[in-house]
Amino acid sequence: MTTVRVYVTLKPSLLDSAGRTVAGALQKLGYAELEQARIGKLIELKLETYDEARVKAMCDTLLANPVIEDYKIEVAQ
Amino acid sequence: MNIAVIRFPGANCDQDAYFALRDDLDLSAEYVWYENTSLNGFDAVFLPGGFSYGDYLRCGAMASRAPIMAEVRRFADGGKPVIGACNGFQVLCEAGLLPGALLLNAGQKFICRDVYLKAENRTSMWTRGVDRILRIPIAHGEGRYVADEETEQRLRENGQIAFRYVDSAGEQTEAANVNGSAYAIAGVLNIAGNVLGLMPHPERATKALLGSTDGLEILNALNLVSSNR
Repeated sequence: MTTVRVYVTLKPSLLDSAGRTVAGALQKLGYAELEQARIGKLIELKLETYDEARVKAMCDTLLANPVIEDYKIEVAQ
Repeated sequence: MNIAVIRFPGANCDQDAYFALRDDLDLSAEYVWYENTSLNGFDAVFLPGGFSYGDYLRCGAMASRAPIMAEVRRFADGGKPVIGACNGFQVLCEAGLLPGALLLNAGQKFICRDVYLKAENRTSMWTRGVDRILRIPIAHGEGRYVADEETEQRLRENGQIAFRYVDSAGEQTEAANVNGSAYAIAGVLNIAGNVLGLMPHPERATKALLGSTDGLEILNALNLVSSNR
């Protein structure tokens, strides 16, 4: 069994309005050093067999939308 | 003209669409369950609003991969009329039948109010003759239309921008662009012009009792298509 983590993030060029709100809240809580917060997703997959090409295909087919998102695949140790 | 109103789990404007088409446009409409794989006997498709699959992963992402969507794609490719309002628009974008995507409103809030729309394209089957400003309700949290620069340029050049948010006088203002959409885009067409996706709900503006009948200006396209046959 292999655990794979897929990190899906909004493209840097796009406004993350929820992240902006979170950053504003942290700043109000006194974390003045904070410049930006961006929210992404972590999708953890457990696979019987790991094939990078197939996990990439899962990302391209459903897990991420290439119009607005980037993704990164990390195989857990 | 028999219209398929696709029902996804979590859709909640399917009945609005059904009754608007049947009672206010005098068209025949039927619900089609998302697990079906055929649209035989239908002349048009309405993808209703709502929260299909609870907006899991991304709005419209799961619904766009539902069994019926392969048939909707075939239907759209065949030049038949397809309209997606609100969640239906998100589904069409996620399915790749329309360019771009819809993100959380720039102001974070869910917005439920009337907006004013100006038809940018006036030649497609959906927007032909829509010369006046329409007042139609929106009700969404994720309606900020985004597309990369190249796509936006292409949309403009090809006349694929169906509607833009304007104020009641038809002017483009920052305040009128309620959700912060790129180029104030409220609705887009595919290149052939038979697939329309828009965040506003034309099916909720089809009789005086609902506060506006401007939705008929868009949905009447279905009547025109049927009378041409």
